Amino acid sequence: MPRPPFIAIGLLSASVLAYEVLLTRLFSIVLWHHFAYMIISAAMLGYGASGTALALLKEKIIPHFGAVYVAAAAALALLMPSAFLLAQQVPFNPLELLWDNTQPAKLLAVYLLMMLPFFCGGFGIGLVFARFGKQAARIYACDILGAGLGSLGVIGVLFLVQPQQVLSALTALALLAAAIAVVELKLRPKWLMELFVALAVLAAVALPDIKVHPSAYKDLSQALNIAGARVIEECSSPLGQIAVVENTRVPLRHAPGMSLNATSEPPPQLGVFVDGDGPSALTKFDGNFAPLSYLGQLTSALPYHLLMRPSVLVLGAGPGSDVLQALYHGSAAVDAVELDSNMTGLVRQRFRDYSGKLFEQPGVQVYEAEARGFVNSSDQRYDLIQVALLDSFGTASAGLYGLSENYLYTVEALQAYLDRLAPGGMLAVTRWLTLPPRDALKLFATAVAALENNGVPNPSSRLAMIRGWKTVTLLVKNGDFTASEIAALKKFSHARSFDLAYYPGMKADEANRYNLLAQPYFFDGATALLGPQRQDFIDRYKFYIEPATDDRPHFFRFFKWNAAAEIFSLREQGGMSLFDWSYPLLVATLVQALAASALLILAPLALSRCRRTLPSAPVALYFLAIGFAFMFMEIAFIQKFVLFLAHPLYAVAVVLCAFLVFAAAGSWLAGNWQAANKVTIAVTAMGAISLAYLAALPYLFQALIHLPDAARIIISVMLIAPLATCMGVPFPTGMARLAGASGDSIPWAWAINGFASVVGAVLATLLAIHLGFAAVILLAVLIYAVACVALTGFAR
Amino acid sequence: MKRRFALGALLFFCFVFPSQGGGFDTARHKMVEEVLDDANATASYSGISALDPGVIAAMEKVERHRFVPGALAAFAYLNRPLPIGHGQTISQPFIVALMTDLIKVKAGDRVLEIGTGSGYQAAVLAEIAGSVYSIEIIEPLGTQAGERLRSLGYRNVQTRVGDGYYGWPEAAPLDAIIVTAAASHVPPPLIRQLKPGGRMVIPLGTQFMTQYLMLVEKQQDGSLTSRQILPVRFVPLTGEH
Repeated sequence: MPRPPFIAIGLLSASVLAYEVLLTRLFSIVLWHHFAYMIISAAMLGYGASGTALALLKEKIIPHFGAVYVAAAAALALLMPSAFLLAQQVPFNPLELLWDNTQPAKLLAVYLLMMLPFFCGGFGIGLVFARFGKQAARIYACDILGAGLGSLGVIGVLFLVQPQQVLSALTALALLAAAIAVVELKLRPKWLMELFVALAVLAAVALPDIKVHPSAYKDLSQALNIAGARVIEECSSPLGQIAVVENTRVPLRHAPGMSLNATSEPPPQLGVFVDGDGPSALTKFDGNFAPLSYLGQLTSALPYHLLMRPSVLVLGAGPGSDVLQALYHGSAAVDAVELDSNMTGLVRQRFRDYSGKLFEQPGVQVYEAEARGFVNSSDQRYDLIQVALLDSFGTASAGLYGLSENYLYTVEALQAYLDRLAPGGMLAVTRWLTLPPRDALKLFATAVAALENNGVPNPSSRLAMIRGWKTVTLLVKNGDFTASEIAALKKFSHARSFDLAYYPGMKADEANRYNLLAQPYFFDGATALLGPQRQDFIDRYKFYIEPATDDRPHFFRFFKWNAAAEIFSLREQGGMSLFDWSYPLLVATLVQALAASALLILAPLALSRCRRTLPSAPVALYFLAIGFAFMFMEIAFIQKFVLFLAHPLYAVAVVLCAFLVFAAAGSWLAGNWQAANKVTIAVTAMGAISLAYLAALPYLFQALIHLPDAARIIISVMLIAPLATCMGVPFPTGMARLAGASGDSIPWAWAINGFASVVGAVLATLLAIHLGFAAVILLAVLIYAVACVALTGFAR
Repeated sequence: MKRRFALGALLFFCFVFPSQGGGFDTARHKMVEEVLDDANATASYSGISALDPGVIAAMEKVERHRFVPGALAAFAYLNRPLPIGHGQTISQPFIVALMTDLIKVKAGDRVLEIGTGSGYQAAVLAEIAGSVYSIEIIEPLGTQAGERLRSLGYRNVQTRVGDGYYGWPEAAPLDAIIVTAAASHVPPPLIRQLKPGGRMVIPLGTQFMTQYLMLVEKQQDGSLTSRQILPVRFVPLTGEH
């Protein structure tokens, strides 16, 4: 009896999981939003469909196990780069989703292509389980060990090489898995092993030329279309791919929303793009402040006209524009926080002279840290905290951030910033202007909530907001605005033709004077949000401007169902930009996840001989419920841990890995645990842990967020461990119960669970946006409870 | 009898003078009607109660299907933006009409366009204005649009490939400027080249989605006023129509 290919299965599993994480990175570069939920759903579809295929073909395939297994590994190797390359050839353009009715089909094509490698990986792994069922525990251990190493290892590798090179490395890894399988399974001919090794070497050496083609509508693509543009520096990490663009023929001149009254032009600049979005400006500086006068012509310059020589904290240093602005206005000291060390490295090293040693200027201190973590751990108090405007206008105005979590603009975040202000200090947040107002009013509502939560009895005396033609700046003061500050605010705005949107005591006729709108939307909105009719205003507003919280950190979600029909009907009458495209994209993904999983996972069984072994209602309900609940938990925790782990990619990798490893431990436990009601015990424990986490995690995150990456990763894994262990119990227990009976409906149990996982990944994202993570987690607990009830119906 | 004559005349024109763009003409007319409806619907925001007859005539005349890639000609008269390659789009006809109307172009005016793109907006302007100057930053697009406009006989359009930041000093002072290329700010040199009493319009948003239009007017004393116009009839609060 041959041994299972333990090493090969570990390698195969590592390649598949690493690929899943890598895809979220690649999709950020090619398109906009991190498509994590769609990729997880595509991966689940691949696994689910492979389970169905195995159930149907098992008897025919098992006699040729070795050959089929090696073929699956080889197909995985082939498909990892080719499915991605083919997906890039699909002219899917999210911006055209509502203009062009062929776009949903193109989205489906991308989804199905991305599913293929996971199908092969799932097929290979499932085949080993089918062939060596009795050694399932050891196979499972290798599988999960590989998966865990793959999903975390790829993060480490992404620090060293470009994502497209990782794609080549994973191809090589899968080919190596095929080669090792040939040895482990003692397959003939022996030269197969040499062939796969040679191919693996070839893949590692030759494939680095894989080209990633970002969408033509991304900012970087647009910048590079301009005559004379060239990328002069590139660096990459899991946090993003940075490109520095120089154009000597058509210089970059980045002065977002500069006053129309300004007569000066920005000095020479380099464009800095992150994952093709941007640009942020790296401005040439030689110690002479005269050419920087444009920095005083932006709405973000307002606080410097109200504060004398402030000590400043810049959140989001980027390539240094806000630091430069602070120095230009004579700030006494500037602390700046930047998450990506590649970004600070560029300013400190490669462009040290170009930037005039900006980050080494007297009084300037730059920290490589996550903004929330830095603020929570710092004892320092500042006269001014500037939240930099680093996202691109195009991306924000097209509603491209609608699905992403952003923990910089939540009520809790603003509370934390306010806590770090010196008496009389100010928090300044600048956003792109949207019409009718969205960001600005949501930010205003968030600030009001933050002040109230901090116990300020009269928030209206601490807020001020101005708007230019392209940007809006909100000030929140630690104290009441004084008459002289208000006079300075008016003088600043008048000189630059910026409009007053709100200040304490503002009269209606002072609004809407320079950049005329049909209605004084900003003033009306701000006063309504400070008045007793606030909730009524928020409810009646056709965009979602309820304050963002750490539980619902989708600051850029403005979509409301009750306005959707009207906005949709206006799309061709100039109203296209009223629609957040990211939201319809999510709904489209959900519809296609439903259709594809029904078609590829359930339908083949229904059409085969398995239709005679349809599961009973409790069995179907049980596997449906635990599939949904597992995905709800996993997705909610990924998004919740984005705050703690500082970046979505870290969260995907760490949470995915922890769930896999400890769910496997739970499965093992279930196999060795004789209690009759072990599912109920596990679900009860999981429910208790979940409730405890809901209550304690915000405080825990706040207390520990300043720790180094490695410590936060370990803590995250430890937090997820008990939860995932409990969640690992129901599936194998249910399977064992089925196997104990006739076992005929096992393929159905797999399929139904797969179906729920595919749909659940997308549905969880949708529900989190509407209800918040806490609700999704509670819902998952409830669904698990339903599963417990369903399990009691198994025997009948 | 009259009816028979009309039928005979129709058949005569259909078969004896088969118009190459016959289908396109009908489609274009329908597109203009849609544009007129949109303009009426948004009158309270744009301040334009009805489109200027000159703009309507220009929209009726300029053959949009000649400005889109061949494969998309069939969609040329849909009231929607279309991709024209290099990550650029030809604007939605309604937005083109609105922008042209907002800058109140008259016969004899000198108009500058930053961002030639396909050349469609320049052609519409050329139907009304005295001379149109258009600058495109993307070389292949600019060259192609220049050739296209020449081949279509627009003698009053001058095109140039290059940096639009400094405008077209030789043509200044200008009666109107349209900045269709995305910019982080309005270049001060462009404002300087605008004549007192001149108008400038800038669409803000992304390719495929215009969020709002900014209209800048230079007063006789050189001061500036600006309006931000939502190109859609939309009240942001429920219960207020």
